[in-house]
Amino acid sequence: MAKTMFDKVWDAHVVKEITGGKQVIYIDQHFIHEVTSPQAFDGLRKRGIEVFRKDKTVATADHNVPTINQHLPIKEELSRKQVDTLIKNCKDFDIELYGLGHKNQGIVHVIGPELGITQPGMTIVCGDSHTSTHGAFGNIAFGIGTSQVEQVLSTQCLILGKPKKMRIKVTGKVEKGVTAKDIILHIISKMTVGGCTGYFIEYAGEAITNLSMEGRMTVCNMSIEMGARGGMIAPDEKTIAHLKDKKNAPKGEAFEKATEKWLALTTDEAAKFDKEITFNASDIQPMITYGTNPGMGISINQTIPISTSDSQTKSLNYMAFKQGEKMEGKQIQHVFIGSCTNSRIEDLRLVANFVKGKQKAKHVKVMVVPGSKSVELTARAEGLDKIFEAAGFELRQAGCSACLGMNEDKIPAGEYCISTSNRNFEGRQGQGARTILASPLMAAAAAIEGKIVDVRAYLN
Amino acid sequence: MEKINKLSTTAVPLAMEDIDTDQIIPSRFLKAISRAGFGDNLFRDWRYDKADKPIPSFILNNPLYNGEILIAGRNFGCGSSREHAAWALVDYGFKIVVSSFFADIFKGNALNNGILPITVSETNLQALLKIVNLNPKAIFEVDLAAQNFCYKEALKINFEIDAYKKECLLNGYDDIDYLLSIKQDIVAYESL
Repeated sequence: MAKTMFDKVWDAHVVKEITGGKQVIYIDQHFIHEVTSPQAFDGLRKRGIEVFRKDKTVATADHNVPTINQHLPIKEELSRKQVDTLIKNCKDFDIELYGLGHKNQGIVHVIGPELGITQPGMTIVCGDSHTSTHGAFGNIAFGIGTSQVEQVLSTQCLILGKPKKMRIKVTGKVEKGVTAKDIILHIISKMTVGGCTGYFIEYAGEAITNLSMEGRMTVCNMSIEMGARGGMIAPDEKTIAHLKDKKNAPKGEAFEKATEKWLALTTDEAAKFDKEITFNASDIQPMITYGTNPGMGISINQTIPISTSDSQTKSLNYMAFKQGEKMEGKQIQHVFIGSCTNSRIEDLRLVANFVKGKQKAKHVKVMVVPGSKSVELTARAEGLDKIFEAAGFELRQAGCSACLGMNEDKIPAGEYCISTSNRNFEGRQGQGARTILASPLMAAAAAIEGKIVDVRAYLN
Repeated sequence: MEKINKLSTTAVPLAMEDIDTDQIIPSRFLKAISRAGFGDNLFRDWRYDKADKPIPSFILNNPLYNGEILIAGRNFGCGSSREHAAWALVDYGFKIVVSSFFADIFKGNALNNGILPITVSETNLQALLKIVNLNPKAIFEVDLAAQNFCYKEALKINFEIDAYKKECLLNGYDDIDYLLSIKQDIVAYESL
């Protein structure tokens, strides 16, 4: 029977069928971090059991860590306690930890692909909804709750119902100034914040395959923002090139053999999806959000839509925007370049290339937070730090930072932040903070002008 | 996990759509390393102002409303996978959340913590919200075994729940109990 890529990976991981259409699914790789794991380890202790497959579990500290002076003890007591608890749990249960100061430390969804831990055809989970990022390599990767973290730690399995399948094609080529982030923000704005709930997405089409692996990760990363559990992209030559010589990838003959298997992970011609949607790349322009969920986005040249519900009105009130207004020209006070969506070296290069020789607007504060220690070191080695410094941008150390404001990197109440992250929920970047999502290019241009602009006007 | 079967209780209406888990429990409260105490911060920034004073217009601060059922607008629990959202609801005292649509991860987290998420049609959701708005003391009867949700004779809704999860809730079992019991199947799968 003809199968989709999703079917091929899913079906290969079914351990057992159980009542009510549920299946026991084997998990190849489990990532853990400090925020959603402590209660799971407590559960293991209560049951008196070990971690079942230590070699399939990797931990890092990212959500709740400072992004300056990482060599010093964490100042904030609760944060320090949580990170120390992760260290203790990894020691007690013998799990590999890339903690603060380690050369492999970073945002969990940045380090997995960077180290070659993330490989095509895998099932990957983490107690974090942006685990969907790893789908860029042709994986079934999705976020789970802490009870499920405990299940995977204790049995390497989850009990799941098979999601429905959706293919989203983006045909044609995007114009200059339109990035992977704009593609996904465009898709989310059309599908809405809950429009893909119950589905697992396969992204396809020329505009998707033309993306670099980093761009593909940006697209898959935000699948959850329209309710999909995850999104995946078929492995191709770019995937293979990205994996070659990575620390955890197979080497030599084993790599050649794996390559053959990986490249076969494509959807069969005759395979059926529950839903198919096509977008034209030529309709996609630089995107900007105006509301308090990622589905509330428009092209930079559009106006804020008329509210049709109390929820939308509440959202505009929170943002202090009015229906019918343009986003272009709106003042911002903060720029955040980072998060598992856009903090990889390619993002930093793009921003550095744009701001080279320019200066940020005086009233704006700009944070550039690399996705990993390795991204930070590469940026410094390439001299990007000098460019950022000259432009008045602050290059910090790796972590989730102002994407969710768990550490001290918060946006003050009432102020606007144009952010390359993934969520513009009320209070996401700090109590009362107002978040505007955009691409790294749009964020860089806003930093220079101090207001929201159409980045295309600045590209030659 | 606590068992659920029959429940007879009042409900709290929260008609807002697309309520994300950052609203249910803001990230600054995720630093705890135990499951306890999250109820105090449930809907923190809608419930309290910056000076920690209750905001009277928010439903949880309205003395007319209480009960073990939360009736919420569509797409409840979207966003972050934080199970702390389910812990906060449980700790506050909710046992059932009714909506016309739930985000996937939240729904799974709720079920893993003994909260019953009941999906109803948009029409029934609006009808339920109307009943509670008109009469905050309206008592609803929920019967998990029979899979129905009733308000007097006026409204009787049958809801769906998968057989496996129903069994877990009725008996207070969790997934780990089951998965540990099939360890030999897992080991056999690994050696394929």
